[in-house]
Amino acid sequence: MTAARTIVARHPPKSAAIPGRAARARHGWWTANRFLVLRRAAQLGFLALFLTGPLFGFWIAKGTLASSLTLNVLPLTDPLVLAQSLGARHWPEATALLGAAIVLAVYLVLGGRTYCSWVCPVNPVTDLAAYLRRRLGIARGGPVKSSIRLWMLAMILIVAALTGTIAWELVNPITALWRTLVFGSLFGLWLVAAIFVFDLFVVRDGWCGHVCPVGAFYGLIGRAALMRVSARGRARCDDCLECYVVCPEDHVITPALREGHGPGPVILSGDCTACGRCADVCPERVFVFTHRFDRTLDAAGADGPGNTSMNDLCTDGGQR
Amino acid sequence: MADESTMTGKDALSRRKFLHESARAAAVVCAGGVGLVALARQSRALPANALRPPGARAEQKFQAACVRCGLCVRDCPYHTLKLADLGAGPAHGTPYFIARDVPCEMCDDIPCVKACPTGALDKSLTNIDDAKMGIAVLVSRDTCLNFLGLRCDVCYRSCPLIDKAITLEERHNQRTGRHAILEPTVHADKCTGCGKCEKSCVLEEAAIKVLPAALARGKIGEHYRLGWEEKKKAGGALVPDLIEMPKRLPGISP
Ligand code: SF4
Ligand code: SF4
Ligand code: SF4
Ligand code: SF4
Repeated sequence: MTAARTIVARHPPKSAAIPGRAARARHGWWTANRFLVLRRAAQLGFLALFLTGPLFGFWIAKGTLASSLTLNVLPLTDPLVLAQSLGARHWPEATALLGAAIVLAVYLVLGGRTYCSWVCPVNPVTDLAAYLRRRLGIARGGPVKSSIRLWMLAMILIVAALTGTIAWELVNPITALWRTLVFGSLFGLWLVAAIFVFDLFVVRDGWCGHVCPVGAFYGLIGRAALMRVSARGRARCDDCLECYVVCPEDHVITPALREGHGPGPVILSGDCTACGRCADVCPERVFVFTHRFDRTLDAAGADGPGNTSMNDLCTDGGQR
Repeated sequence: MADESTMTGKDALSRRKFLHESARAAAVVCAGGVGLVALARQSRALPANALRPPGARAEQKFQAACVRCGLCVRDCPYHTLKLADLGAGPAHGTPYFIARDVPCEMCDDIPCVKACPTGALDKSLTNIDDAKMGIAVLVSRDTCLNFLGLRCDVCYRSCPLIDKAITLEERHNQRTGRHAILEPTVHADKCTGCGKCEKSCVLEEAAIKVLPAALARGKIGEHYRLGWEEKKKAGGALVPDLIEMPKRLPGISP
């Protein structure tokens, strides 16, 4: 069952050294990079919402990813930070509770770790490390269990309860980096530099894929989330393995892509970050964004992606 | 059969590997947890020169409540509040101010408290004069110009609660023999800890400083009773029949 994975893990195929090449040749640059571009735009866009205030005096979003207020009406609060606050035995005010409920609801619809690949400011850094790792041909690195992040998640909640403080926020690189970007405090840079080095030289996708408790938390939401990626066109898969190479959580692919390894074509694992990079690089256009109850499969021999999904909203729209 | 036995052998091996890896993961996370507890404990105390925004709960409770969002910082019109960088002193990411840099201007509408989504800044504070960010203490009686017999008075005049939180108490100047010393005297029950006095002190190093209440103020034992107040409450002496003691003054024999 793990044959494909093992091969990719140890010896990335030559063609996959620069994944996406074949897709680009067949479907054009945009189709081969659309979700990557949209993700970077989203990440920059969220940051821009927070920066117009300090830079130009025009306030759209105030605060940080821990808690914010948008256009003076929409409160958003990170449910994990709030959970720690509860663990530290503080009952927050209504604004924070409402903000956390909104965030929770949004991610239950949009797919939990969508946070990781579309919002989190650390993601471009770890993506860069993974990219360099591929280009420099650095091997996968030491065995680190990805379940370690669930332990981390439990640990930060326990430490909050033990110390009666939101202790994780002392070192959380995500909010620290956000504070660096919008408030100018510097420590976040050091944390993120450490993560970059760890990901580049120690373990592939080490931070986001194994350690980060915030990702683990959103992963738990993702287990029940509505929006999912599906390998709907898996009958067309020609085993080029490019999706495995680009996927930061490549163990989620097999159950959906390989018939008989999972309940269906939809990637149900909460670990999937919904980055859509698999959909970008796949020359056969196997992957589409859809909802978790969508079991449709393209018939073998059909070409192109399915026509009925959200995918159409984001694809080349008639380039074919 | 042979197949099956190798399978179980493999299974046992992978199970051992699994347990081994899990134990390793747990050990690493535990080590991280211990480190985090240590860091949290270290960050628990507020440095003496750092003050929390108005309405902030007691430090321990504050660190349970504040999510370090910076909304209070954003809504402070005087840029008094800052978010702590790691190593700045206060717990990483929490809001604070240094009175000597930018004191709190004691806004009437208290926008920082209004902005706080979590209740780390307590919304029951509605009158800024009731704030308790710290308590001013005239720490340096030997350098304060007023204590040297001059009429500086700057701290006194800059206090938003002049003549309530800070007064000038007159005393005879022993050195000159014919002047007065007007001692700036802080009244802890009224002082909000805004830091205007510390900011305005004309000395190179302020002679009056705002300290966190925990440092600046003593606390009498719970079981202490102030006789005169008990008397007032009871509307009369608490011990009814005081025994008249014989007077033992020199020259008077009992
Ligand atoms: S009362 Fe006004 S000046 Fe003082 S900290 Fe709050 S917002 Fe800033
Ligand atoms: S607004 Fe409240 S929760 Fe946010 S940083 Fe200020 S005190 Fe903390
Ligand atoms: S800190 Fe100083 S200026 Fe502010 S209320 Fe107290 S005595 Fe007055
Ligand atoms: S401003 Fe400084 S020197 Fe002047 S009276 Fe106050 S404490 Fe003394």
